Amino acid sequence: MVKSKIAAFICGILFSIGLGISGMTQPQKVIGFLDVLGEWDPSLVFVMGGAVISYLLLQLLIQRRFSKPMLGERFQIPSRKDLDRSLIFGSLLFGMGWGLGGYCPGPAITSLGSGSVNAVLFVVAMAMGMLLADRVISPILTHKVLKS
Amino acid sequence: MTEFEVAMPLAGGILIGIAAAMTLLFSGKIAGISGIFGGILFQQGTERTWQTVFVAGLIAGGVLLYSINTEYFEDSSGRGLVAVSIAGLLVGIGTRVGGGCTSGHGVCGIGRLSARSLAATVTFVVAGMAMVAIFQNIYN
Repeated sequence: MVKSKIAAFICGILFSIGLGISGMTQPQKVIGFLDVLGEWDPSLVFVMGGAVISYLLLQLLIQRRFSKPMLGERFQIPSRKDLDRSLIFGSLLFGMGWGLGGYCPGPAITSLGSGSVNAVLFVVAMAMGMLLADRVISPILTHKVLKS
Repeated sequence: MTEFEVAMPLAGGILIGIAAAMTLLFSGKIAGISGIFGGILFQQGTERTWQTVFVAGLIAGGVLLYSINTEYFEDSSGRGLVAVSIAGLLVGIGTRVGGGCTSGHGVCGIGRLSARSLAATVTFVVAGMAMVAIFQNIYN
């Protein structure tokens, strides 16, 4: 459906503009936020706070008013509640990479638009890491029980 | 503590929240960027088309921002090509194994008051802080 593609494109644009104006596409700002033992830059607390609170309120409103999405069949919302080792181990690795490079996935992909060599390298390596995770690491962690 | 800004980070954060909520409203999906990007690598059909268009939107937004002001992409982190490549690899593995990143767990997950996402977010923020502390120490 053309409408859903247009909506996805617009959502992507707005999301990346939010990342850009908030400072998330500047690795030194992200690293500054994580540098609590050094020159701590708390700016990103406001990014996170603004994003979480606005999403919290809007998603409540959406879930209450709509039984299904405007351009889709159903809401696809994760329902798992258990904490498992994949969640924690994966998040640990992600955090290490975030601190090392100063990029998380959204800002890195947005930065492709600036032609940054670092961002291109990061995104290519990220894709390789994802393939490695799906083919090798997740099967080991979950004893060959793969989630689809 | 260094000098910091409030207005633009807050405005940007709210825009991120609105964009994620619009993704839910229109498509019924969680705006988790690692999941959406990973879907392009692993999924097929209409799901993949949607993911590809969303990522194209992210990049288009990046082009637009860069054309307005290149300072949005200022990079004075001093991280070299090797560090960035290893970082990308870790982020790819970690977000795939852990089922999400800053957007999926940090914004949408916590925004739904998910305990899993809260645990994931605390874990990756603390791991990131530890990594920066170690890296800055070795560097200096």
